[in-house]
Amino acid sequence: MSRLSTLGNDLHTGRRSFPIVQRYRTWLLAAAVLVLVSVLLVAVKGLNAGIEFRGGSQFTVTGTSRLEVEPAREVVDTVGEGEAARVTTVGAESVRVQTQELTAEETTAVREGLAEAYDVPVEDVTSSFVGPTWGQDITRQAVQGLVIFLLLVSAVLSLYFRSWRMAASAMVALLNDLVLTVGVYALVGWEVTPATVIGLLTILGYSLYDTVVVFDKIRENTQGLDEQDDRTYSEAANLAVNQTLVRSINTSLTSILPVGSILFVGALLLGAGTLRDIALALFVGMIVSTLSSVFVAAPLQAALQERDARTRAHTAAVLERRAARAARGDGAGTGARTGRGTSARTASAASTATAEPDAAEEAVVPGRHQGRAAQPRRKKTRR
Amino acid sequence: MADKSVRPPAQPRPVRTLVILFILVVAIFGAVAVGTQVAPGNASFTPKLALDLEGGTQLILTPKLDEGAEGGEAEITDEDIDQAIEIIRQRVDASGVAEAEITRQGQANIVVGLPGTPSPETLELVRQSAQLRFRPVLAVVAPTPMDPAAMVAEDPAAPTPAPTDGAPAAPEEIEAAARTAADTDGDGELSTEPVTEPTSNSDTAWMTEQLVYELYTLDCTDPDNLVGGDVRNPADPVVSCGSDGQVKYALGPADVEGTDIASASSGLQTTSTGATTGAWAVNLEFNGEGTRLFRESSQRLVSLPAPQNQLGIVLDGLVISAPTMSVIPDGKAQITGNFDRESAAALANQLNFGSLPLNFEVQSEEQISATLGTEHLRNGLIAGVVGLVLVAAYLLWQYRGLSVIAVASLVLAAILTYGVIVLLSWLQGYRLSLAGVAGLIVAVGITADSFILYFERMRDEIREGRDLVSATREGWARARRTIVISDFVTLLAAVVLYFLAVGGVRGFAFTLGLTTAIDLLVVFFFTHPVMELAIRTRFFGGGHRLSGLNPESLGAVSAPPPPAPRAPRPRRTAEAPSPAGASRMTIAERRAAEREAAARAAEPDRTSDEPVSTSTGEER
Repeated sequence: MSRLSTLGNDLHTGRRSFPIVQRYRTWLLAAAVLVLVSVLLVAVKGLNAGIEFRGGSQFTVTGTSRLEVEPAREVVDTVGEGEAARVTTVGAESVRVQTQELTAEETTAVREGLAEAYDVPVEDVTSSFVGPTWGQDITRQAVQGLVIFLLLVSAVLSLYFRSWRMAASAMVALLNDLVLTVGVYALVGWEVTPATVIGLLTILGYSLYDTVVVFDKIRENTQGLDEQDDRTYSEAANLAVNQTLVRSINTSLTSILPVGSILFVGALLLGAGTLRDIALALFVGMIVSTLSSVFVAAPLQAALQERDARTRAHTAAVLERRAARAARGDGAGTGARTGRGTSARTASAASTATAEPDAAEEAVVPGRHQGRAAQPRRKKTRR
Repeated sequence: MADKSVRPPAQPRPVRTLVILFILVVAIFGAVAVGTQVAPGNASFTPKLALDLEGGTQLILTPKLDEGAEGGEAEITDEDIDQAIEIIRQRVDASGVAEAEITRQGQANIVVGLPGTPSPETLELVRQSAQLRFRPVLAVVAPTPMDPAAMVAEDPAAPTPAPTDGAPAAPEEIEAAARTAADTDGDGELSTEPVTEPTSNSDTAWMTEQLVYELYTLDCTDPDNLVGGDVRNPADPVVSCGSDGQVKYALGPADVEGTDIASASSGLQTTSTGATTGAWAVNLEFNGEGTRLFRESSQRLVSLPAPQNQLGIVLDGLVISAPTMSVIPDGKAQITGNFDRESAAALANQLNFGSLPLNFEVQSEEQISATLGTEHLRNGLIAGVVGLVLVAAYLLWQYRGLSVIAVASLVLAAILTYGVIVLLSWLQGYRLSLAGVAGLIVAVGITADSFILYFERMRDEIREGRDLVSATREGWARARRTIVISDFVTLLAAVVLYFLAVGGVRGFAFTLGLTTAIDLLVVFFFTHPVMELAIRTRFFGGGHRLSGLNPESLGAVSAPPPPAPRAPRPRRTAEAPSPAGASRMTIAERRAAEREAAARAAEPDRTSDEPVSTSTGEER
């Protein structure tokens, strides 16, 4: 078996546990810093808006053997004035030239110039003109959809989990993911095209999906919490996060591998293109979404829940009882453990802390149940 | 799920479920196969591609006012452009071209993107300007074509070709019968000339043999015939469908042109004393020439019997309204009827739009090559396949024997998705766009997650010390809930985006929703039943060390002895001590604790592991 499943075993039994929920301040602070950096990046460096958002003319030269950028620049410079043309190679034999809006005469001149420069017939230079409204329209609708979706999902999650705190935390994680992804776009400086907007919308679904999976485990672990007093809400939630950790790692990897390979191929082989735009948004968004489910949504939710009066009372009772037991001196593993590199001995000692006041030592106590393994074995009948 | 007890899951019938699923897959592909035979032009085993993947034709239109037109407005308003887009969209949609992108550009440009190679007819439809005309009604009949069985030599002025029974006749039969019925002089030719010289536009002599034939054959229940755009010569009689497809009209030559309308508005109906009745109406006002023509028309129509006292308002070849006329001397008409606020406003809008002498000037019409091109698409697909192979390899490493089931589930989901897309390509004219491909890529993760969740839950149950068969059941019961709620969230996202977005986003939302639904189908009808079957085999059920379910390596202690030779212990590390006696103790203690808890409360706590740490936020 792989190391990961061994880790899974230990995470499941709680032999190893990462104090994810306990350290919520650290994670939330880190997330806040990253969000701030993203906002600053967008504010200072700005996003590189694609032609669909700015409006302009675009020429595509197909079937050329020359892939230099300079000739195109020169052609556009001789014709128009103003900002320089953006020239990108697309695939193995096409060049795309984007300029500001040109008049009909200028367009014709540029087409002819490009055909000459790249040694292709004029028919192989297509020109198109994009008004600035298209990108705005699609974005406006995307934002409208986003708002309605958030309202709906908040309602659904509140009903399903019977907890507005979970819904709120999921939303915070979602916004965190969107902002960070946009921040990465500002950092990389790739064009923001309608394809990017689509990528961002995808993340919204994925981010929530991932958060819901983690929350569902938390819900399962914290049910009937009031009926026991070994574990506080945060501890139960933390165990849930740890128990789903292996699943989170596996899922994110299986999701990211195809996207990553498309991004890799897109960035290296294809040059700028819709696929690359979508792939980058997805790649970043999926990684951030998985991380935020574990490090933002879950800790935030637990922290919020701990402010609830009933939960607070319960936590106090648990800690009180624990302190009392420690004072009685049966000391069965009630010391603080962080799960980092504890030796097998302390781990096993710690793991015997159970619901009984007089917890057993490591020795076998007569009359105790030894688990199914100790029972006489029957042949397993084939069904 | 408040009950923590082991619910005996319903006795699964894995084989039957799998057979049902198999039949479904065969049915989908069978349907496509039949489609390739029946409609070779439409159905095929490859999906149609959208403009961005396939290239297509892009038209840029600028609406222009007719210079020579007198009166009317001199300005094209935003509403006019919107109305023009609406009309073009209606035409394109009805002509069966899907994913056409019709957008506004700047102040007064309309961009129409048609994927594939649109037929000349479709292009013509787009270029045509909308025309509004007032034509007197000659005859009103049911929207269906005539029923050859009920054929009797009828008076062509009052044809009632309503089918007598539900069975529709074949088109050829209808045509032949209509030809015979319409050919009143029996010369085998359908003449387009009126038999007698019509005295007015309302004269039924306009019902030529050709017109009667058209009236007999036109099927207004067929959405294809509600396209409009059939702009005929105003001096000829026409056959038109009502825009709602409920009724079919024969109409005389135009009395008044839409360009003679000065204004149209909707408002509450007013009586002659000026009091409102609370009903909605559309008010029309004509310019000088229009007032005269309309007066003449109304005076003529008002004395005629029904249905000839109706004036058909024809926009873009469809009758949008056919009010009964009363005399309108002053060019101020009011159309009343079953209007509500919206429908009155809509009709007023249409009238306003039709009043414009609007022509679309084609700014540019270009064949655009696909933004991706074949090369891009190929590379993208290669990358996707490489990614999938990586996923399969990773799953194999993680889940050993289980990965066979996982990869089979993925492959099945892919096959199903492909089948449905091909089917929709044929039936709905669905076109796969790049955004759709993005949705498919995301689907890999969401689909894989479903069975990863399931496997992990199974392993958790095994760690708890269940035997493999019950771990499969219990793990499924727990995973199922999570799978359903998380997929539901994704579906919700897809549905909201689909209904609120246009163009590319819509294509994406569609594939995302589709793949999520297929994911649910696969995990419920394939992964789970197959797991049920697999657990009965020696390899899985015996917890072979390569099966991915080996209780030993999962740290459980209470597994039945695997029939295979015992696996070597996993490598021990300082971080991960191998479960030895300590772990046995743990399980034992846990059982004891559970029993106690069960005694104490109705609900024993399942996962009563030891506490993880004593206090929150403790520094270490």
